[in-house]
Amino acid sequence: MDNILKDCDVLGIKNMPKQTIEFILNITQKMKTLLKNGKKEMKVLAGKSVAIVFYENSTRTRLSFELAAKYLGAHVVSMSVQGSSVAKGESLEDTLDTITRMAADVIIIRHPYSGTPSVMAPFINIPIINAGDGMNEHPSQALLDMYTILENKGHLDGLKVAIIGDIYHSRVARSNIYGLTKMGSHVVVAGPPTLIPSGIENMGVEVSFDVEYAIKDADVVMGLRMQKERQNAGLVPSLSEYAYYFGINAQRLAMAKSDAILMHPRPTNVGVEISYDIVYGPQSVISEQVTNGVAVRMALLYLILEGSYNIENID
Amino acid sequence: MKILIKSGRIIDPYSNTDLIGDLLIQDGIIKSISPKINCDADTTIEAVGLWVLPGLVDMHCHLREPGYESKETVFTGTRSAAIGGFTSIACMPNTNPPIDNKAMVEYIRFKAEKDSVVKIYPIACITKGRAGLELTPFGMLKDAGAIGLSDDGDSVADSRLMMLAMQYAMRFDLPIIEHCEDKELVADGIMNDGVTATKLGLKGIPSAAEEIIVARDAILAGYTNSRIHIAHVSTVGSVNIIRGAKHLGIQITCETCPHYFSLTDEILDGYSTYAKVNPPLRTAKDVEGIIEGLKDGTIDVIATDHAPHDELSKGNDIYNALPGISGFETALSVGITYLVDKNILSPSEFIAKMAYNPANILAINAGKLAVDSPADVTIVDPNTEYIVNSKDFISKGKNSPYNGMKLKGRVLYTIVNGQCVVYDGKVVTGDNR
Repeated sequence: MDNILKDCDVLGIKNMPKQTIEFILNITQKMKTLLKNGKKEMKVLAGKSVAIVFYENSTRTRLSFELAAKYLGAHVVSMSVQGSSVAKGESLEDTLDTITRMAADVIIIRHPYSGTPSVMAPFINIPIINAGDGMNEHPSQALLDMYTILENKGHLDGLKVAIIGDIYHSRVARSNIYGLTKMGSHVVVAGPPTLIPSGIENMGVEVSFDVEYAIKDADVVMGLRMQKERQNAGLVPSLSEYAYYFGINAQRLAMAKSDAILMHPRPTNVGVEISYDIVYGPQSVISEQVTNGVAVRMALLYLILEGSYNIENID
Repeated sequence: MKILIKSGRIIDPYSNTDLIGDLLIQDGIIKSISPKINCDADTTIEAVGLWVLPGLVDMHCHLREPGYESKETVFTGTRSAAIGGFTSIACMPNTNPPIDNKAMVEYIRFKAEKDSVVKIYPIACITKGRAGLELTPFGMLKDAGAIGLSDDGDSVADSRLMMLAMQYAMRFDLPIIEHCEDKELVADGIMNDGVTATKLGLKGIPSAAEEIIVARDAILAGYTNSRIHIAHVSTVGSVNIIRGAKHLGIQITCETCPHYFSLTDEILDGYSTYAKVNPPLRTAKDVEGIIEGLKDGTIDVIATDHAPHDELSKGNDIYNALPGISGFETALSVGITYLVDKNILSPSEFIAKMAYNPANILAINAGKLAVDSPADVTIVDPNTEYIVNSKDFISKGKNSPYNGMKLKGRVLYTIVNGQCVVYDGKVVTGDNR
């Protein structure tokens, strides 16, 4: 298993073998222990540079990649391109040229267009980590979500995971569907029919338009961000109707198993897809997800840049 | 000037001919077709094992001139057509400026006279500037040489205007060719709506976007008792609607393109911009439906929708890549590979859809091998296999999703008015621009 990710791209969960996922989650556990022990000035990636290139806004993902790299001792350079410069017509070729010239050891990219990292990968001779591409994938998020479930439930197989909300536009949903179905979870996606993409039932998940059906007896309830623009686009008639029929609230969460956990990738629209009283309630692991995000990204950077030798003794 | 074609398989769907024999061309005219012709000729072509066909007719292509000369010109486009076996082509008017007035039609004819090696028939816009607001002067366009009307690239969205166009066109007996896509349903979709789009995280274009306009136009054609031709049919639903309309006696004809009976949306996995086209590549079920429609005659015509683009327009970014496939140089071999070789159509049934049927819809004198008619003849080796490399295309547009695929059948000779424009597999004149 050593070197399973060394010098590899992490473009998505779709083509990631189950063993690789298990391995990453295993290393994440070790990284989390190091973090808990206050190890934040390690030198294992000293001399390596990490380029973070974001063509879309981000708070958590970017910050946690930066922290992960710094805790392991790598240099971080970071470039943020306003979403508008892509809209203004900067071509992928220009993007590619820009980031190639940064001569970093690994590139972490977020881009509003689905497929950008995988289209670029053949042209770039250093590893790429996809930090979110359009509606396609957000692999590090799915890995941290799977890790969070694993940490709380001890296993992933046989669990009922309800993913609730705007499935259509969600890269988090897609990556989690690929990952969780590979790991043997039973995934039910639910939301308004206008936000369920066609053919998704062929991706190994159960589809429901009834949120309560999806949540019933679930081990994990995962909410997704409901962007306010979706209402303007006519996909839902009103946010209050959305909250009433499709939102996750205490009453609905009570339909899940008594030890069910509540997840959300953030940012939350409190009062729309999730009610205030449960965000910080006893079943919520939403804050834990953030901490785990740092650990999972440490694991990815470590495995890509260093391999897995000597993980017990890294410093 | 005499050309004698010896011992070929002469296939002419119009006259129901399919025989091994000789064909004599003299002074630009087909002089005789017979099992055995003994005479001297300036050129003798040994055609043993080859198909001798009426020059192919493409009723739907884009020559890009004027306005987009980096994508294609009349010069390059007609040579590309010739190497594809086409002797008559009808070009779409979505140029810049669009072909929506008499002077523009005359300009195309002028360019054709100057630069073309095949016969060009201009199609003019239905509405001024393709804006969908006011009809163009159909009569004057016809007098100038237009043989059909289309706002190709867009539907005429306003149903009332479409009805008026159909009614008014009756006076001039001009076919209206509709690009069927409901813009609101297409929205910002990039590829066919379905599981492949969902897996790729790309927004989908529902097949309903096409079918709604097909159904609307069939209803309008029935109501006005006028005729309509549906361009590039891509869905099983459209085929079913058209089949039903034909049963009701509505004057509706339609075409499909090689990519709609040979490729599915799964080829976009990997975000391949060369496979981005309008309407989009659909599912295996749709391909089945298209093939059924070709078999039972619901689909009258196979057109290329040759839509060349330069590399900048295609790029490697599927969001901004322009839709279209460079189609002249693969159409015939895709048909041979996916229809004739698979025994879906006989050679004669296939050639009818590539020659006589489109000529008949456009009412042009082409698409048949008739004694005393202009000698437009295409000679094909139906058995040679080759790997497509679009870099070798004569067309400026290298945008072909067939790149790297193995196809069967190559054009060896294309004869226009008794002149060889393709000889022994090569374009005769000015292949170097």
